[in-house]
Amino acid sequence: MTTRQTATPVDVQKDASQVRQKAMIARHFDRLAAAPDTGEKTVYTFVPGNLTELLLSFDILPVLPEINALQSAMRGKSAEYISVAEKLGHSEDVCTYVKSDIGMLKSGNIGPTGQRLPNPDVLLLSYTGCFTFMKWFELLREEYDCPVAMLHVPYQADGRVTESMRRYVVDQLRQKVIPVLEQATGRAYDEDRLRECLARSAEAEDDLVWVLQSARHTPSPIDAYFGAVYYVGPIFSSFRGTPDAVAYYRELRAEIAERIRLGQGPVTPDGDLETERFRIVVEGPPNWTSFRQFWKMFVDEGAVAVASTYAKVGGVYDTGFRHDPSHPLESLADYCLGCYTNLSLPSRIDLLTRYVKEYSADGFLINSVKSCNSFSAGQLHILREVEARSGRPGGFIESDLVDPRYFSAANIKNRLESYFQMLEQKRPGGAA
Amino acid sequence: MSADPRLAALVDRADRLYRDYRLSSVRDWKARTGGLAVGYMPIYVPRELLHAQGVLPVGLMGGRDDLEIIKGDAYYQSYICHIPRSTIELGLNGSLDCLDGMLFPAICDVIRNLSGMWQMLFPGMLVRYLDVPQNFDRDLGGRFYRDDLEQLARDLAARGAAPLDADALRHSISLYNEDRRLVRELYALRGRAPWKVPTHELYMVLRAALVLPVEESTALFRTYLELVTHDDTRKPLDQARVLLTGSFCEQPSIGLIRTLERAGCYIVDDDFVQIHRFIQSDIPVDGDPVENLVVAFLTDAMASPTRYVETGVKGDDLIRRAEEGGAEGILFCAASFCDPALLDQPMLVKAVERRGFPWTAFKFSENSGQFQVIREQAGTFADSIKLWSGA
Ligand code: SF4
Ligand code: SF4
Repeated sequence: MTTRQTATPVDVQKDASQVRQKAMIARHFDRLAAAPDTGEKTVYTFVPGNLTELLLSFDILPVLPEINALQSAMRGKSAEYISVAEKLGHSEDVCTYVKSDIGMLKSGNIGPTGQRLPNPDVLLLSYTGCFTFMKWFELLREEYDCPVAMLHVPYQADGRVTESMRRYVVDQLRQKVIPVLEQATGRAYDEDRLRECLARSAEAEDDLVWVLQSARHTPSPIDAYFGAVYYVGPIFSSFRGTPDAVAYYRELRAEIAERIRLGQGPVTPDGDLETERFRIVVEGPPNWTSFRQFWKMFVDEGAVAVASTYAKVGGVYDTGFRHDPSHPLESLADYCLGCYTNLSLPSRIDLLTRYVKEYSADGFLINSVKSCNSFSAGQLHILREVEARSGRPGGFIESDLVDPRYFSAANIKNRLESYFQMLEQKRPGGAA
Repeated sequence: MSADPRLAALVDRADRLYRDYRLSSVRDWKARTGGLAVGYMPIYVPRELLHAQGVLPVGLMGGRDDLEIIKGDAYYQSYICHIPRSTIELGLNGSLDCLDGMLFPAICDVIRNLSGMWQMLFPGMLVRYLDVPQNFDRDLGGRFYRDDLEQLARDLAARGAAPLDADALRHSISLYNEDRRLVRELYALRGRAPWKVPTHELYMVLRAALVLPVEESTALFRTYLELVTHDDTRKPLDQARVLLTGSFCEQPSIGLIRTLERAGCYIVDDDFVQIHRFIQSDIPVDGDPVENLVVAFLTDAMASPTRYVETGVKGDDLIRRAEEGGAEGILFCAASFCDPALLDQPMLVKAVERRGFPWTAFKFSENSGQFQVIREQAGTFADSIKLWSGA
């Protein structure tokens, strides 16, 4: 029998870092909404392989369609948007991020803050780790009359970055991406400015890694899957390389250090988790339409995610990579090449196995989302391999990113309960 | 006049080659020559390079409805297309154990991830992900692709293939040029006289050629072309001329193709077994042959949902093919859960509608043997085309 855990509902006082992040996002969306009047330039681009520092150096504001899609889901809008897209002929089989985005666009392009998003001045397609990105931008290109820059990032099929891959990306940055940004903004490429941004990125990355690795403590002071969604927000989106991001991660690190000092567990939607019963590594993106409900299923069991691969989709930093101001374009190339979904399946298995061991996890869980072949194709193989290598039991659940039709709460809850029960039984001294 | 019995014999041989999961012809070739055989997934690999190094390229396109999936389903969730599970099944049941390597071209995330699984499941094989460029400038994508090809040549040589030699490659290019030329002729003949080249039959011949050395596939194409050209027993029927698109990777069963034909469609162009046509014209034989392969890929490949359209309008190529082939309607026929095909489809539909082509769409799975719904849909579609074209 598992014992239900309750997080202690506290008079939820937002941490300073949360307040700061909220303000950063609000300012960003205000600037976007005002862009048609202020003349600020905007670019639509993707999270994995984003070139935020380069964009910052051109003073061009990013819009990230995946973030809009997941925000639409959290605001309960994605079902309607997906339905709009399907009525327009988009297949029920394909990635729901794409359909949610297309549906949002066709419904007035109202962004997460309720303000209208500006049309892009540039579409920057960074094709990193997912083939669907390419199709998504071909679809967007039909909607907007603006220049398109395409950056093709090769796949790390053999688990390493070769000189040829790096040169291919750097040469595209120089010859394809930078000229389009110069043309769209009327500014010349300023490498010194780019270096300054990259130096700030590295600083924030150090703090982010410290925060993610804080989960090695018992109890873990963070939830590295659900909670990490908030922690990686600034660095995965429009803020990497900004002074704001540096300040945010410094503050966050201090807050987590304090939690460790006080022996506190992670903050959950219901307050602090009091007893950590299971330490879990999670593979795969979360479900966004029932994000809190999903999280609560873990909280109820006292389960804490101590590491996740989703917190690496916008960059894998905990294996040592940092943006490097002394090699600006090479470092951007290495960043793009190293994003999680650009890693080979064997490398993903290695990383997960490492996490299970290094974070003293009781088990690992795969949330397989219907939308995403990049993540999902091969996950059953990952499950068996990580189980065999780590000696820890794996669990497997299925849902989707932003299509509520594929989140079956009862089913998922049942599966999670059985999984945690099994973990309990496998504990030394547990009922056999 | 009765049909030439050689035609029936040729089709029968093609059918046997197509159905032979265990690749007996490849096993025989290996026993004869002692050479390496390397499998490849759709859509395109530079077979010329393999041939020049004495390697037999073997095209694999998944399974059919007669392949019992015992282990493959344990590797894939229900919402992933069928071809990776049948390919894994064939790997695990020993059908492919005559292959010394496998190439996985960069066409989608499923094939990409399958390459990693293959590395782990078959550690004795040479497994390469062929990361073809999505940038088509010679000094960017071209340079990257050249590096990729040279690395592949070195990897093959390290496994015992002959080192890459420029003259040998030129010779191989010329052989494949002839092979592709004959396929173009077959497609052209079918466009002019589809009753002479029924698609289910042509398809079998194209599939059979995947497991033969180029010298034999060229002979097969040549003989087939000759026989169907002179076969006067095949008479035209009142059928609707359609272009079928979307089936470039996972393939429908012959039963489905026959169903479409019986429902009143002449398929005058299609996306099946594209390796035979992916490079659209002859590759130059003179000069630097590796560079010639690179340039052909960059500048002369078919439009495909798996290739970024850098310039031009999405769907232009489909419209050109439909118009040149005299198609009266378009059949969108994608494998279920095929991301590239299904993400492309709304853009292609738009292009097709702009041009006033009637169209219809359905999905299939390679293992499906039930076509009742599709038969009715295709029949209604063909009837409506005939009705309107006669009006
Ligand atoms: S397929 Fe996956 S990685 Fe690609 S856009 Fe969709 S969710 Fe993102
Ligand atoms: S059928 Fe489509 S999704 Fe499946 S492997 Fe082939 S190209 Fe990829």
